[in-house]
Amino acid sequence: METNLCVAGFGGQGVMTLGKFLADATCNSTDKKVTFFPSYGAEQRGGTANCFVVISDDDIGAPLGDVMDDLIVMNGPSMNKFLHTLKPGGTLFINSSIVSGQIGRTDVKLVKAPVTELALEMGSAKVLNVIMLGVYVGYTEVIAPDVVWETIEHKLASKPKLLPLNKQAFEKGLELGRAQRG
Amino acid sequence: MEKIYTRTKTIQEDKVSGFCPGCMHSTVIKLIGEALEEMNLVEKAACVLGIGCCGLHMDYIAYDNTTAPHGRACAVATGMKRSNPDTLVFTYQGDGDFASIGLGESISAANRGENITVIFINNGIYGMTGGQMAPTTLIGMKASTAPKGRIAGEHGYPMHMCEILNQLTAPAYLVRTSCNTPANVNKTKAAIKKAFQNQLDGKGFSMVEIVTSCPTNWGLDPLASLDFIEQKMLPEFPLGVIRDR
Amino acid sequence: MARVFMKGCEAIAEAAVRAGCRFFAGYPITPQNEIPEYFSRRMPEVGGVFVQGESEVASVNMVYGAASAGTRSMTSSSSPGIALKSEGISYCASARIPMVYANISRGGPGVGSIQPAQMDYFQATRASGNGGFQMMVLAPSTVQEAVDLTYAAFDYADRDRNPVLLLADGVIGTMMEPVVLPEMKSDAEIAAIKASKQPWACTGHKLDCAHRAWIQPGQWSTAVQQEKNEEAAALYLSWEKDVQAEEYLVEDAEVVIAAYGISARIGKSAVNQLRAQGVRAGLIRPITVHPFPYAAFDHIDYSRCKAVLDVEMSIPAQFVDDVAAAVKDRCPIRTCLCSGGNIMSREAVLAAVKSIMEG
Repeated sequence: METNLCVAGFGGQGVMTLGKFLADATCNSTDKKVTFFPSYGAEQRGGTANCFVVISDDDIGAPLGDVMDDLIVMNGPSMNKFLHTLKPGGTLFINSSIVSGQIGRTDVKLVKAPVTELALEMGSAKVLNVIMLGVYVGYTEVIAPDVVWETIEHKLASKPKLLPLNKQAFEKGLELGRAQRG
Repeated sequence: MEKIYTRTKTIQEDKVSGFCPGCMHSTVIKLIGEALEEMNLVEKAACVLGIGCCGLHMDYIAYDNTTAPHGRACAVATGMKRSNPDTLVFTYQGDGDFASIGLGESISAANRGENITVIFINNGIYGMTGGQMAPTTLIGMKASTAPKGRIAGEHGYPMHMCEILNQLTAPAYLVRTSCNTPANVNKTKAAIKKAFQNQLDGKGFSMVEIVTSCPTNWGLDPLASLDFIEQKMLPEFPLGVIRDR
Repeated sequence: MARVFMKGCEAIAEAAVRAGCRFFAGYPITPQNEIPEYFSRRMPEVGGVFVQGESEVASVNMVYGAASAGTRSMTSSSSPGIALKSEGISYCASARIPMVYANISRGGPGVGSIQPAQMDYFQATRASGNGGFQMMVLAPSTVQEAVDLTYAAFDYADRDRNPVLLLADGVIGTMMEPVVLPEMKSDAEIAAIKASKQPWACTGHKLDCAHRAWIQPGQWSTAVQQEKNEEAAALYLSWEKDVQAEEYLVEDAEVVIAAYGISARIGKSAVNQLRAQGVRAGLIRPITVHPFPYAAFDHIDYSRCKAVLDVEMSIPAQFVDDVAAAVKDRCPIRTCLCSGGNIMSREAVLAAVKSIMEG
């Protein structure tokens, strides 16, 4: 069993952090093979940012596959750039606050979450990635939610003030993800 | 009879110098050896040699040495000193090495204030390779790659390394000496000792620029070379302490 | 031992620290910047030295100086920067100075692209500088292997008094994977390693010519130069014992993929997929690309092997020359190439194997 995930959005939306939290939690809590691969360009800022996470029971070949099982898009340009890489029957997670309109594909599952709005409601636009991570974990159950939360807690150890908000964001995401399971 | 002068033990007795008659490398190397002995530093010394005639004495000095790629002596010395702060690390470089191909390494090491000593031999010409133009070649001075002499409009002007490095904040000691007279030889030795002492005191980058001759490539006999230093080289490269902190 | 999730570049740097590396000098170039950045934070914690050199050329020469003084030392760069380092590498090889350097390689030639590639194979294995010297060249295909090979590289370098090259690429350098880190050498062990080099290290010796340290990157005497080169040639031949390769499902293979580094991972996952479809594919992956594991190719059953497929992120192919020398015309060799930027596609490898199977 191997899951290929691509996370894409604007620089600043925390897509790298989202991917790293997921991969790090997998490393810490399971015996699975896992890779995280950031796309990198010459630009320091601007443009789209994206990363790839592969979680597998066996040795992983490329840390970025040709075809994605899951795709998380946080903005419109990322949708245009990566939608074609999603395999038929794959799952598309969209930030429905920003990505609107027709997605143009009927052969994929769609999970929606208005993470920008939700984050603003919670008082910090920055937690949109943690909400989306919750949505992804809640929907896919690729690894246990509590180990993902432990990783987030560990990474934020030096900033304990941020924990309650992140906990709220992660829980909200889990709830949204679980609600959309088939 | 009292013995008032003896040969430095830092030069092996059974070896012959490869330097031309009248060359001042022999003089400077003797001064370095005497300074190391008088300061009791021989057993702590590591010399980083440049490329060219600068390296001709590697075979006859009796203390530790290595040879850097052309121009890189200050970088090699940086690695050596930083990883072994107790070693007295000094470079011995000519004008092509220090001021042309190694300009980046020289200025950067000086700017970092590396706690090393540079002995910079300025004779205005490439020696070993056969008298090509150096960054310190005087205007009008002939070289095997400047057959009509150095032309300012084509080759630029002689580079004054002490003054260039004096633009930086970090260097501790920048001095220009010569070996054309007994008095200047003594001053050169004193400058070398001071530069070594600065390193022992952790003061940072010290450079002794020594204006010397190259009778062979200048096409002059040794005595005429001394006159050339006095009349041509020193007006362009005035002697003295440029920086002392 | 616990797994930690680390980026390739940072894991390489940490492995070096644990192996006793106490001097690093480097210069920024993508995609290896995390190596000098990591050392800049880590070295002060262990009493080591980090210097950001003013250039690649200066950095490698700082390493030449530190290693000449007996300190385990390292530098790193990426393709065009490695080319600049060739001067200092050649000096280290000539003067028999142990040091380790990493090439987190990118596209080429010229400035190439900043994305991963395998365009430096000849440079790494044939001519990393002037003068025909050789080095052990280690080619990891996972972050764990990058860690293990970096750790071992310092021992190889000291054993042989010769530079060792870790030939990785932008994927290994920038990806994160779980790793188990090797043991941290104690200060006493590191001091003992340094002390063992004292007889030749350029740090000051008794005023006695017989005992002075004389680091010689060249020789005045042509007779001595020949002697030194003969000694070096004997050393290079002795590396046959150090050959490492992974052979995967080779015995009954009808197609054998030959690949190293990142391409070998894609090759291996293609083999697994092909086997699941009933295609008898196998893989030979050199871990040391110099010395090259020629003998591994003798384990192929050429009575049934239709072809060896060379998979590499280089156009034109380079690694294929060593593969051909190993196969010795016992079966055809085909290639599946890309010039980097994009990572080798498994679909392309599968298609190439299918085309071989269909004859």
